[in-house]
Amino acid sequence: MPRKTMIEAIRDALDVSMGRDNQVIVYGEDVGFFGGVFRATQGLQAKYGKSRCFDAPISESGIVGSAIGMAAYGLRPCVEVQFADYVYPAYDQIVSEAARLRYRSNGDFTCPIVVRMPTGGGIFGGQTHSQSPEALFTHVSGLKVIVPSNPHDAKGLLIAAIEDPDPVIFLEPKRLYNGPFDGHHDKPVTPWSKHELGEVADGHYTIPLGKAAIRRPGSAVTVLAYGTMVYVAQAAAEETGVDAEVIDLRTLLPLDLDAIVASVKKTGRCVVVHEATLTSGFGAELVSLVQENCFYHLEAPVARVAGWDTPYPHAQEWDYFPGPARVGRALIETVEA
Amino acid sequence: MADAGMLRFHVPEPEVRPGGTPDFSNVTIPKAGSVPRPEIDVDPRAIRDMAFSIIRVLNRAGEAVGPWAGLLSDEELLQGLRHMMTLRTFDARMQMAQRQGKTSFYMQHLGEEAVSCAFRKALQPGDMNFPTYRQAGLLIADGYPMVSMMNQIYSNEADPLKGRQLPVMYSSKEHGFFSISGNLATQYIQAVGWAMASAISNDSRIAAAWIGDGSTAESDFHAALVFASTYKAPVVLNVVNNQWAISTFQGIARGGSGTFAARGLGFGIPSLRVDGNDYLAVHAVAKWAVERARRNLGPTLIEYVTYRVGAHSTSDDPSAYRPKAESDAWPLGDPVIRLKNHLIHKKVWSEDRHIQAEAEILETVIAAQKEAESHGTLHAGGKPSTRDMFEGVYAEMPPHLRRQRQQAGV
Repeated sequence: MPRKTMIEAIRDALDVSMGRDNQVIVYGEDVGFFGGVFRATQGLQAKYGKSRCFDAPISESGIVGSAIGMAAYGLRPCVEVQFADYVYPAYDQIVSEAARLRYRSNGDFTCPIVVRMPTGGGIFGGQTHSQSPEALFTHVSGLKVIVPSNPHDAKGLLIAAIEDPDPVIFLEPKRLYNGPFDGHHDKPVTPWSKHELGEVADGHYTIPLGKAAIRRPGSAVTVLAYGTMVYVAQAAAEETGVDAEVIDLRTLLPLDLDAIVASVKKTGRCVVVHEATLTSGFGAELVSLVQENCFYHLEAPVARVAGWDTPYPHAQEWDYFPGPARVGRALIETVEA
Repeated sequence: MADAGMLRFHVPEPEVRPGGTPDFSNVTIPKAGSVPRPEIDVDPRAIRDMAFSIIRVLNRAGEAVGPWAGLLSDEELLQGLRHMMTLRTFDARMQMAQRQGKTSFYMQHLGEEAVSCAFRKALQPGDMNFPTYRQAGLLIADGYPMVSMMNQIYSNEADPLKGRQLPVMYSSKEHGFFSISGNLATQYIQAVGWAMASAISNDSRIAAAWIGDGSTAESDFHAALVFASTYKAPVVLNVVNNQWAISTFQGIARGGSGTFAARGLGFGIPSLRVDGNDYLAVHAVAKWAVERARRNLGPTLIEYVTYRVGAHSTSDDPSAYRPKAESDAWPLGDPVIRLKNHLIHKKVWSEDRHIQAEAEILETVIAAQKEAESHGTLHAGGKPSTRDMFEGVYAEMPPHLRRQRQQAGV
């Protein structure tokens, strides 16, 4: 099977979706002629024409707001926000409009849009090129929220998101665009061509939304992670020798609670890991659900390893980013508790 | 360098406050028929002056004059009068129903009836409006059942929106009326997106965006003008300037700009200003802009100059911030009376027939109200099920919502 980077897999997903359904429209800042600042839309305008893939003015609320209008018309826009850090001007359109259109109109109008945005840190992106705002979306009724961690999933989940009848926030960890990253910034990065999850089937396939995947089976503790943290957690397990079961949530909303509960009931312990800041982060929801559903199986408090409650710094990148050492300590503390 | 002195902060104020004598001497009203009617493919630069004038058809004598006159038949005008009278009666009954506790909230159109009623008749089936909460005339003039509107206002068991929405936030795809949101200006850019979609699909349908004077200050107004201008979207960008945004006079949103129509000029969008209380003028200008959009000539911005005669909503008391008699002094008068006088002048209408029509309309509205109330009102009678509360968040109910619905015992 061909191996692709995550960027190539995303481009492939857009290509497949646009080829199958001429109602799929792709636009955003620098998305058209140039093919995107991360090359995710390269070649699409040449292949499908300017009516299907085009450049947009620098206006996030304009991009998302116009996409909602297009969806109400009957198209399936898949728009890009250049960095998740810049989604806030579109927040009103996403929360007040896209998420509620079906509900408030009793299905008279619907909003099958996808908003793609590169997310996460670990790239010396500083305050406005590193944020992980997923909790701002998982709190919103009516949205679906996806964070893929590898090329195979990225393609299947993005095609599923585009075909989904409801609005989807699709957060792409840009640190994973070219290869998996386990937090060891001092070691050379391996490309996706050397990783089995870099295998991306040609043509159309989907991965169902709302389904988690076990990346590392284990018996001592369950690690709930998504995006870049999946690889950090796997590295932490190998380096500490703790037999952790690493679950890649893939979809945060709706969440695969069954997979989480089955694992925690088996291991009796749980560590939640994310890059986003700790307080009121998505981890709080995960911990709460584990506590509610697995209380009598828990042998230790559920731990959280997250970004600190500060804006994302520049020089202190690796003191901020929850790397394998911090995650490893939490694994050991949790299994010894 | 010379001492420029201390800076002073500027906050615009309306001419008159409660207790003062209403004064509209600052509002320049051109004579009816004095503004030319350009070809629809006119170079926008050639009609910049139109953003600072007011297109008017009906003069003081009730005659239709000038190049924008003569587009509607007597029959169409009589129908237009009936629509406006129906909306006014509907408003009065629903305002009263709110006072009687049958619903929590209502918003009237008093004085603005011509804007939405006349605009609707310039559209074709399939076109889509993206209205605010003060364009119910679009529904009335398109024959949407009044009973359905009332069911929505009462949040009763027949409410088409299942009790999920605040009163007056209607939705009807079938009648080209996009779902209303409480968040101001959001629909303006959505209308542009809908129009872009129609162009992308090589369709012939066009969109109409709606916004009030106050909400033009929202960033989505700006986004909409940028996108409409960039992509030459087939959209009519309507600004209803009723002088007031709750308690805030229009100068707060307008600032140093001469008019709201002038906002469009910087985007290269042809921008017209029209007498919003003149049914014929509203219709003629709307038709011009709709035709431009339909012929792929791009967007048009229209500012409707009108006056919000009623309170902002049933939760508002305008006597706290403007003179009580201000609406009487409004120089563009009352849209219903002006069309009525025109039709009397044309000898196709009379005072007697008007009084008779008022009684008939009231009877029709009361009959609709009785029917709606047979399905319940907010606090009495039939209501939407609790189960409905959980439906429609997504196309398919996800597991966490199923669990919550079970917890709620439904």
